[in-house]
Amino acid sequence: MDFSLLDQHIINGLVLGVIYAMVAVGFTLFFGVLNVIKFSHGDVLMAGSFAALIASLFLSQLGEFPTWLNLCISLLFAISIMATLGTLIAQHLVLPLRGAPPLNTLLITLMLGLAIREAVRLFYPNGSNPKPFPRLLPENSWIIGTMEIRQDTAIIIVGGLLAILILNLAIRKTRLGLSIRAVAQDPETARLMGINFKRIVLGTFALGSGLAALAGVANGLYYHEIIFDRGLFLGVIGFSAAVVGGLGSLLGAIIGGFLFAFLQTIGAIWFSVPAYKDVFAFVVIIMIMAWRPTGLLSEINSDRV
Amino acid sequence: MGALMNRILLIMLSLGVFLFGCSSNETDLVKIAFIGPLTGGVSANGIGGRNSADLAIKLANADTSKKYQYELVVLDDECKPNIGIQVATKAAADSKIFGAVAHYCSAVAVGTVDVFHKFALPMIVWGAVLPEITYGNDYPEIHRVNGTMINQNDVAARFMIDQGYRNWAIIHDTTDYGKGHDKYFTESIEKYGGKVLGRFGVTADQQDFNAELTKIKALKPEVLYFGGITPIGVRVRTQMDRLNIPALFQGTSGIISDAYIEGTGNLSEGTLAFREGDSAERLPGGKMFLTKYKEMEYSSPPEAYGPFAFAAANLIIRAVEAVGPDRKKITKFLNQIKDHNSVIGKISFDDNGQNMVPLITKFVVQDGKWVIWEASDYQSGQRQLSR
Repeated sequence: MDFSLLDQHIINGLVLGVIYAMVAVGFTLFFGVLNVIKFSHGDVLMAGSFAALIASLFLSQLGEFPTWLNLCISLLFAISIMATLGTLIAQHLVLPLRGAPPLNTLLITLMLGLAIREAVRLFYPNGSNPKPFPRLLPENSWIIGTMEIRQDTAIIIVGGLLAILILNLAIRKTRLGLSIRAVAQDPETARLMGINFKRIVLGTFALGSGLAALAGVANGLYYHEIIFDRGLFLGVIGFSAAVVGGLGSLLGAIIGGFLFAFLQTIGAIWFSVPAYKDVFAFVVIIMIMAWRPTGLLSEINSDRV
Repeated sequence: MGALMNRILLIMLSLGVFLFGCSSNETDLVKIAFIGPLTGGVSANGIGGRNSADLAIKLANADTSKKYQYELVVLDDECKPNIGIQVATKAAADSKIFGAVAHYCSAVAVGTVDVFHKFALPMIVWGAVLPEITYGNDYPEIHRVNGTMINQNDVAARFMIDQGYRNWAIIHDTTDYGKGHDKYFTESIEKYGGKVLGRFGVTADQQDFNAELTKIKALKPEVLYFGGITPIGVRVRTQMDRLNIPALFQGTSGIISDAYIEGTGNLSEGTLAFREGDSAERLPGGKMFLTKYKEMEYSSPPEAYGPFAFAAANLIIRAVEAVGPDRKKITKFLNQIKDHNSVIGKISFDDNGQNMVPLITKFVVQDGKWVIWEASDYQSGQRQLSR
């Protein structure tokens, strides 16, 4: 085992954890309110990063904008477009299938994910190639003791954690959050209490998809590169993280995301052949799922969404 | 009026189709298969190759002295061995197909050679560089117009040592392609007195290389050698920058593409890579190829291996013209090719069907373009490679 540059490994793991947690939270939200697994989530994330890329390129065509303004506008654009897309998916694909077996929703969103992926590849110019993502964050480094951390990395970690925290607070403290939790616990009773079921479902999908867009932009800013098929792998990891944390539990999804990133990082340090790190991470996840099939924080122990 | 025009147009169109159908029946139609990755991460190269083979077919059909009419059957191997075997079988089972211009990805080609041999379909590899594709069997059907990674890595190692570099870290993908590059580069570099400090195998669709690169940072190599193809090459290069790794980035023929430069932007400056054959611009037929390619207004560039696909398609056309549509005779004809003039220079096949291209060209990225080393500011001393 090689622990040199451990601080750097920790920072790498934290960024991965934040991105995975944001994806996992989306899966858990959708499962919480409607008991559905929306497999196009990773591709919505990818589409979000492309939306931000388009907005950013468009802005730089218009003239000289300060980079922070460019970032804010691109981010808002990506989030609003993906929130709208999420609402449309919920309204036209997920809600009409509410009476059907859950496998149908899973399949239809799986196919939708494929359609989104291929659409980006075919309609974005030279869409099969990796695209450089604009560098919109400061790239200076802070040196704390022997540790060196770049400002953009720090901003991504802090920004992602803040977004998850705010979402958590919104679910716990606001009226919308209360309604979401009510629908999650018992849709029929929630309806009887005067909660507009459809609006809450659409709202939840908008929220989850907006968060996916944020994760997509964070991913682009971190790697400086986006590609049409990135969503596939992130979707699988986010879904595994949500399941291992306890599908339906918000805190579980966050724990699951960080756990997965931690396992990957440990795997990479541990093995001399780093290609084993994903195998290692998934094997451990499988073992945890065999040990606790309903997840680390199962629905019984924790508040659902 | 509009309706009348529409009707006239419709009649004319159907008449056109009718006439066209007739005319193509007059001469015999010979089909040639093109197989390459048209979807997925390396599809830019596949599409460039497809367009180039298509160009060869179109030029042959426009040439009235040709005895046959040609049709290109385009198949997508997705750079996946299982899909490759499916489409190769599909091509081989079509009795109207008399030759194949096949494969950019080594991992696919090494799996399909058995299929081509079983169905006796002559094929010419246009991009895959793994030595075993031609040297791992004695199938007469298998040929290759591009060189192998053995020559490529030997020239690369010699050149880098001459530039004064001594220590390497290697990242390679764990397909046969990446493993081959790792093996042959290591052999050559150790022969010339260089040292490999650490090697890291990564999966071909990996997104995050920060863990591997953090380990490499601790090793402090002078050069990071990357054995793999464009998409992960782009990722490794951009993520190197995040971790402030000052090492020089050295790639293989797998990253010589416009997509690498587009994906890495300014970071591509000073990247080195090596490829068999000369660059299209400097070859006798290269200008003609590039001009004709431009005239056809394809939506994407030919990429690095387009000229090889063009040359391979032309070889098959030439074989059909010489011996007629007969798979066995075409195979025999191809095996006797010596000093054949082509857009990629002279082609001569050895006993294994391997083109004995003597030349390996060195490339460096300068101002967002792959420039031949000898013509670059780096060679003349105006710019310095990173150390």
